[in-house]
Amino acid sequence: MTLETLPAWAALPAALLLIVGGLCTLIGSLGLARLGDFFQRMHGPSMGNTSGTGFVLVASVLVSTALADRPIVHEVLITLFVALTSPMTAMVLMRAAIHRSGARRNPE
Amino acid sequence: MSGILVHALGFAQLCFVLAMLLATYRLLRGPGAQDRILALDTFYINGMLVLLILGIRSGTTVYFDIALLIALFGFVGSVALGKFLLRGEVIEP
Repeated sequence: MTLETLPAWAALPAALLLIVGGLCTLIGSLGLARLGDFFQRMHGPSMGNTSGTGFVLVASVLVSTALADRPIVHEVLITLFVALTSPMTAMVLMRAAIHRSGARRNPE
Repeated sequence: MSGILVHALGFAQLCFVLAMLLATYRLLRGPGAQDRILALDTFYINGMLVLLILGIRSGTTVYFDIALLIALFGFVGSVALGKFLLRGEVIEP
């Protein structure tokens, strides 16, 4: 079985998920390029990366399950890893930006 | 039903490549160092997604291992750079 002869129950949801994931990632990166301030720019990639990765990996699980005729879920590992580490990167970068902009000084 | 998935794969790949171009623009232009680190973070995630699309296209599992490695090392790199901006050194004594 190849990609062209995939059954419809897997091909249609996978195509939809791929299109939605690609659009989410593109909109997030557009926000990174277009927005004015660093603290505004932070939001775009955080949304786009996490949701785009999630959608694409669910589509990948669907396609490989339909291709192999048995459940294959090892792609979930990447989703789990990205969903765990993306907020940590965002938090470290946000604290670095606050530190560098000098917005929060200690009153003592 | 023929080929809708292939067209969707091409569309998603185009979206990820455009997103990589936008991240490159911010990486080259970004006024502060934190902007560049954020752009690098977006860049490696998009590269990982392009590799995943290649993996779906070819039907082999090698690309997923490469994508997992890219996610792992990209996270370590981004956190190290952010920690350097925050504290002035990466591994504190």
